[in-house]
Formats: sequence, structure tokens, C-alpha cells
Amino acid sequence: MLSLESITKTTQDWLFAKFSPQIALTIECVIVILLAITLFAVLGLVLVLLERKVAARIQIRLGPNRVGPGGIFQTAADTLKLIMKEGLTPDAADKFLFNLAPFIVMMVAMLLLAPIAFAKNFQIWDINIGVLYISSVSSLSVIGILMAGWASNNKYSLLGAMRSGAQIVSYELSAGFAVLTIVVLTGSLQISDIVAAQENGWWLFKGHIPVIIAFVLYIIAVTAETNRAPFDLAEAESELTAGFHTEYSGMKFALFFLAEYINIFIVCAIGATLFLGGWMPLHIGHWENFNHVMDYIPSSVWFMVKTFFLIFLIMWFRWTFPRLRVDQLLNLEWKYLLPISLFNLLLVTVIAIMGWYF
Amino acid sequence: MYNQTEIIKDTTDLGPEGELIVNMGPQHPATHGVLHLVVTLNGETIKKIEPHLGYIHRSIEKMCESLTYRQFIYVTSRMDYLSSHINNTACALLVEKGMQIEVPERAKVVRTILNELTRIASHELWIGAMAMDLGAFTPFFYAFREREMITDIMEDTCGARLTMNYIVPGGLMYDIHPEFQTKVKAFIKQFKEKVTEYEDLVTGNVIFQSRTKGVGILTASDAISYGCTGPVARGSGVNCDIRKIAPYDAYDRVEFDEIIETAGDSFARYMVRVKEMNQSIRIIEQLIDNIPEGDFVGKTKNVLKLAKGEFYQRVETARGELGVYIVSEGGTTPHRIKFRSPGFSNLSVLNHIAKGSKIGDLMATMGTLDLVIPDIDR
Repeated sequence: MLSLESITKTTQDWLFAKFSPQIALTIECVIVILLAITLFAVLGLVLVLLERKVAARIQIRLGPNRVGPGGIFQTAADTLKLIMKEGLTPDAADKFLFNLAPFIVMMVAMLLLAPIAFAKNFQIWDINIGVLYISSVSSLSVIGILMAGWASNNKYSLLGAMRSGAQIVSYELSAGFAVLTIVVLTGSLQISDIVAAQENGWWLFKGHIPVIIAFVLYIIAVTAETNRAPFDLAEAESELTAGFHTEYSGMKFALFFLAEYINIFIVCAIGATLFLGGWMPLHIGHWENFNHVMDYIPSSVWFMVKTFFLIFLIMWFRWTFPRLRVDQLLNLEWKYLLPISLFNLLLVTVIAIMGWYF
Repeated sequence: MYNQTEIIKDTTDLGPEGELIVNMGPQHPATHGVLHLVVTLNGETIKKIEPHLGYIHRSIEKMCESLTYRQFIYVTSRMDYLSSHINNTACALLVEKGMQIEVPERAKVVRTILNELTRIASHELWIGAMAMDLGAFTPFFYAFREREMITDIMEDTCGARLTMNYIVPGGLMYDIHPEFQTKVKAFIKQFKEKVTEYEDLVTGNVIFQSRTKGVGILTASDAISYGCTGPVARGSGVNCDIRKIAPYDAYDRVEFDEIIETAGDSFARYMVRVKEMNQSIRIIEQLIDNIPEGDFVGKTKNVLKLAKGEFYQRVETARGELGVYIVSEGGTTPHRIKFRSPGFSNLSVLNHIAKGSKIGDLMATMGTLDLVIPDIDR
């Protein structure tokens, strides 16, 4: 069968047979980097279009429908426009940091791509501290946002960056604890181990109510971490015009925009991996025939379907809820989500020790 | 002398105590027009708000003084452009009162229906814009779906969708469109079906309630002393509906409730407007089948001349009490004209009720004050 696994294996064998190991490795690196960048571009285009279509559907309108069939080339046209626009740098801005910030945000998003398992045995880097790596790297993005807000020398940007800093630092905790519940159940930080542990059923179904709570907490926390409505206070366009990226234009703005969507993809991919079994097909107990049929669907399709389901969920939030106020946002985290997730972690630990999961 | 703060030109400037001073507007997504607020911030907390007006001042009052009593009505459509029919009614009523013109029943009833449709359209736009201020985009489109039906009715009636000119001294400019009644009934049917969607999407939303309840509290005595009218004052429990206090046109023969909420916060003001839409529907329902036959305009002289003296007429627009005050020297044009616009008084209360709250609260408060800047500046 022509699966992603066999493609990578064939390429690897061919490269190592043809070249010396060092050169083969270098070529592999280049291929991976190119693939990652391509994936970024494609994801950006697809997710922006998806968001606009989802929004249009919810808001009883049609959405983009002029460029290409069903408007599928709309985002490509928009990107072309953004590339051709002049990237202004304000006079009073700190020019070095101002121009650096979008790249930092983008770089963080790219680094996060490394440990994600897209399909069976199809992973850039199966690092043994995968989950720890993800949570530590994802917290770096706040530096880019703070940098952008401060270097713009704009009061709206500064306020937005301050909000974003407070928000991401707080919600990192809940997201971290939600992720820890799965680590406790699996007993490993490695992504491939976590996926392998869900062969007989996803953690969402196996782990009783505490894991469902952890899943809900995770979705809330990552919505906040990616600065999406109802937690889009860093942008809050009715309050702070555009928050931290008010002064950005052209491709620099597009990088922020792209990073937001890539971050959504990544957090949803991680959520799908941890709670919904990653690329594992849906298996139900002893229904041998059913499980067999499910196995025929390629693992990459399973992964993408789960991820896009979560992405749709997060988009749905955005077009339904009003925005929270900044003090309500922090209250929600420190007074409700954090105590719940701490207690929940304790519960899961008891479950894991006593072996009460399926 | 009113002491204004300087408009901040240097963006690195801080206030005297190191506060952050932010110019919100004249181009800002939440000020709905060219309102300019100089906001003094301590972190996220608002210390002072100072509105700067005049960006859309077109000297409508002065213009009216050089126009005849037939002409000046059309300029008033551009004041509070969301209640243009109601503005026109106020001016027409004043001229009719000054000249003792007899208005046919048909015109009175049609005017009342149009005024209430205008009120609904205005509140529909407000509910969408207000939700947008709070970060919810979807209600805007839901609200505009119903508003679209009203603008279609308006287009049939007088050709315009926004700045309608249909009401003349003595009655109406033309007779109503033959399909007027069916279209209004279709609108009533759709509105009644769809109004629950707003309740689900906005009113019942936990985040919406926590954003508006207890925010921007205006007490009844403050509302009176600042001269607030309309839904802003009624949200604070002040009894001020001109349609009840001094009925004009056909308001004395219809049954409707004056909506009063006592909490005085943003949510109360929100609820007043939502309930008012239902009351407007109630008024239209009573009148739409009972439009009397007959003339649509009363007999007037070709040249209108108001007697020497002072005249005042007030009506209830979607935003509150609109007063028209004319000093006449007996000529064909007003000697002096003054509009008492509801938005101006309602804006003046902003600093008082939003001081000490967060930036996000300012948007909730400003949203429920329902400001239309051309109405404030004129």
C-alpha cells in the first residue's frame, strides 16, 4: 500500500544506497525543511479559507466565492496582495526588534512542528521528551508578541502585548496540567508512546470523566493560548484596534496571521494526539470486523480528520462568543481552571496508580 | 470656560502622573463614527474620558435657518440618520402645530407605523454593533437580516433606504405603496420567529451577561441631572417615554408598555431596547390593519409661514427625546432653530459611568449608550 511510511522508507533506503551517510542526512534535512515550509504555506491557505467559510456558514452568508471554484483561490490572491504590499516600519519603532518579532513568532510555530506524528511512523523528530518540548517551545511565542507590542511604540500595541503576556503565561498552566494527565496515564513523554498506548481505545474514552475534563480544559486553555476569541484580548479589535500587530503591514503582518493559524493547527494536532489517539484508527473493543474496516483508512487521514474536527471546534467558538474582559479572563484561569486541573491531575494519578482505566 | 486637554500629538507622552493617554478615535472601530475620546489610562483602568466633538459638524441648524419650512425637514434626515423618519416627524409636527394644519388620520397612522419601523431598524443595527463591540461578530448578520426587510419597505415607500424623506408638513409626500401592508406583515411574522435567535445568541450568553451586568451603572438621579433620555434613562428607571407623556400622531390610540428597567447597568439598557422592539411590533400590529382611507396630506398653503413666536416640539427617537425649537419672526424661514439631540446628553454621561472601569467595559458602556455621532455634532 502506498502509505506515507513506505514513501519515507523508500526514499531513505535510496538515499543511503546512493550517497555517503553524511550527504544522505543533509539531503534528508533539506527535504524535510522544504516539506515543512510547504506544509506551512498550504496550511495557512487552507485554514484561512476554512475559517472564512465556517464564519460565513454561521453568519448566514456565502463567504469567498469569486476567485476560483467556490472561492478556493481567495487566500492565494490575498497572500499575493500581502506579498506585494509595502512592509512599513514606523519611524519611532525599535526597528531591529520590530522586524524580528514576526519571525520569532513564526519560528516558534515551525519548531513546534517537529514532534508531531502526522501518520504511522511519519514524524520529523520522535524526541523522548516530546510533550515537555512542546509545552516549553510553545511558551516562547509570547516573547515574539511582547517584542512586537513593545517595539511598535504604539500604545494600543503595548496594551495588547501586556494582555497577551498575562494571558499566555496563565493559560500555559492549565494546558500543561491537562497534558500532564495523559503523561501520567501513559507513563511516557514520547509522542509515539502516547499514540501507541491508545491502540485499544483513545484516552478520551478510556480515561473516564477526569480525562474528559482534562480535554475540555485543554481546549479552553489552547484557545486562550492561541489568542482566539473569546480570548482574543491581545487583538481585541473593538478595543485596541488590532492589539500587538496594529503597526504591522504587508508580509510582516501576514507572518503573524499565518503563525496564528499554524498555532491553531499545532495545538489541535497535539490535542488530537493526546486525547483522540493521533493517527490511531477508531477501535471498539471486540468488534473485530469493524476494527478491521477502520484499519483500511490511512493513518494520515485519521490524524487530519481529528485535527480538523478540533480546529472546527475552535473556529466555532470564535464566531459564537463575545470576548471576555481582561480581569474575567485571569479570574477564569486562576480561580476556576487551575484549581480544577490540579484536582483533576490528582484524580488521574489515583486512576493511573490503581489501574482503573480500560 | 471648558478646559480641554490637549490632543496628544507625541505618542511617547504620558499624563502628569505617568498615566497612559490614548486617543481613541476619530478613527477607531468601536466609536461608530468620528467620535474622538481622549482616554487617560492607568494600566487597563480608565481614569478619565474626554470626548472631543466636531469632526462631523455640518452646521445643520444654521443651514435650516436659510431653508423654508418645507425644505428644512429634509436636512434633519441627516442628523440621526438611523431615525430619519422620526426626525422628520418632529419637524413636521412643529410646523403643523405652529400653523394649525389639520393632518388626515391616514397620514397620522402611516407616520406612526413608519416611526416604529424606524425604531426597530435602529435597534437592530444597535444590537449588532453592540455585540460587535463586545467581540461577537455573528449577531450583526442576524440583526441585519431583519433590518434588511425594513429598509426594503422604506425603499418601496419613499425611494431611500437610509436618509428617508417622506414626511411633509400636513401629512405624507405620497400615498403608501400598494404592497406596504403585506410587506410589513411579512416582516412582523419573520421578526417574531427570529427574535428568539438574538435571545439565544446574545441575551442568554454567559460571557455577554458577565460583560454587561454591573457595568457602567447610571443611577436614576444621575440620569435626570445629566439630561439622559430614551433607553439610557429608562434603563435606570426613569419614566421618560415621550410617546406616553405627550402622545403625538396615533400614539394616543395604541396600547403599548413603556419599558422600564431599574438596574441602570449596561445589561438593563440592553434589555430595554430588546423589549422595546417587541413593543414597536405590538404598535405596528394594532395599526397595520386599520389604516384609514382618505387623503394622505392635509390642505396647506403653498408658502408656509409660521406666526411670530417660539415653537417647541418633542418626539421619542430611537435614542431618546428629540426636541425641535424654532424662533419665528413671521417669515418663510426660521429665524433661529435648535435641535435638542438625545445623543449629546447621553454621551455627556460617559465619563461619569465609565470612570474606574476597564477598557473592555468602556466598549460595553459606549455600546449601550447607542451613540450616533452626526446626531451629536449635527
